[in-house]
Amino acid sequence: MSLLSSTNVLLGKELRTEFRSRELLTTTVVFILMVIVLFSFTFDPTYTESRRFGPGLLWLAFLFAASLMLQPCFLREQNNDTLSALRLSVSDPFAIFLAKLGANTLFLLFTELLMLPVFAILYNVPVLRVFGQLLLVFFLGSLGVSIAGTALSAISAQARMRELLLPLLLLPLLTPVLVASTQVTVGLLDASPFMEWKGVGFLVIFDVVFLTALWLFGEYLLEE
Amino acid sequence: MTSPGFYPTGIRFENIEKRYGGLAALRRIRFEISPGECVALAGRNGSGKTTLLRIAAGLVRPSAGEITFPASSRGASIPSPAARPGAKAAAGFVSHATMVYDELTAEENLLLFARLQQTPDAPARVDKLLREVGLFERRTSLVRTFSRGMRQRVAIARALLHGPSILLLDEPSTGLDPQGVSWLAGKLCQLRDAGCTILMSLHGESEISRLATRALRLDAGIIVADTRNGSEVRSILTFADA
Repeated sequence: MSLLSSTNVLLGKELRTEFRSRELLTTTVVFILMVIVLFSFTFDPTYTESRRFGPGLLWLAFLFAASLMLQPCFLREQNNDTLSALRLSVSDPFAIFLAKLGANTLFLLFTELLMLPVFAILYNVPVLRVFGQLLLVFFLGSLGVSIAGTALSAISAQARMRELLLPLLLLPLLTPVLVASTQVTVGLLDASPFMEWKGVGFLVIFDVVFLTALWLFGEYLLEE
Repeated sequence: MTSPGFYPTGIRFENIEKRYGGLAALRRIRFEISPGECVALAGRNGSGKTTLLRIAAGLVRPSAGEITFPASSRGASIPSPAARPGAKAAAGFVSHATMVYDELTAEENLLLFARLQQTPDAPARVDKLLREVGLFERRTSLVRTFSRGMRQRVAIARALLHGPSILLLDEPSTGLDPQGVSWLAGKLCQLRDAGCTILMSLHGESEISRLATRALRLDAGIIVADTRNGSEVRSILTFADA
């Protein structure tokens, strides 16, 4: 079976199990909503402050929500040892990673798009005119978070103190993605919006490099 | 239950060792199972049975040694499931855990694995197996609503999906009621007679252990007994926990 067909079958499984349990999406949506609402009432930011601090706050909320979402990604495959069943069934273990990171990116993107109108209203930041560009940044940023996070989730799931290990490894590793995504978002939410192409280029390179590393070494991460 | 491409395949363990840090789980394991043989593994908890089965399935890489799967004259020899992904098709594995998803139905679980394994005519194959394990009426129920025994039936069906020529079973009767154990014994007998090679870990004597034509006893990761003699086989299995 080709890599893409296996990935397709596994992605279907990931989406089906999540939409039945709603375990990851509920946690993530509630977390981001709380952060955004809480900060808007605490700071009561002005129009200018919102444009300056909003993007950083938004990506910080996304990052912490992602770390909550990524934790059970491989952990729940251990409940019934289903990861072993997958390893025995797929011809290319990279399909397992592709399906998981695909599902994580979709879940994260879905949450971000759900939270964008709330952010725009509470922080008084117009987002409609740059919606297409924002979608691109959200996608590239979320993909980077998901690629690195899925790999680290596979490592931490087999370790002791796994709840501590994932954020400990994930947060420093994702700092460059967070900085680049925030920079691009600051430009897009400016009074005269502009696209920070250098940041976009960095996100593309980060995604390609980490995806290649996962393709090369992913199989070893799944071994017992 | 065997697939059209089914060839009796044996298993050869050549000086297998497995260490977890300072702990040696398996030491110099060297034996061969002939194609179509039914072998029971006995031994106390922690003697290395599960590790040996997981190494045979290609889920755990041995620290030293090699496993090969010599085929009968009709089939080609397979290096190892870990070394060649295609070789995974030869083995079906039932573990302590059920290895199925609680949030999927019995049918969805089997269809998922059938599609990943490229089982021909997957829906028909899944329907047939669900009828065999007695879960056809509950095929659309989520696995999380099943009892342990019913989950074990799904697990057994999953292992048989692709018509494996080798079955690796780690305490396969876990959770099964007496009817379930009888059904499983009948199924394994049928598979053994069709030439399927079976390696299973067991505790004590049961309907399933009576199928074994050979018994191995592991103690602290070493094979301490290996016999094909009928009464000795019974003796090893009966006193496995002694």
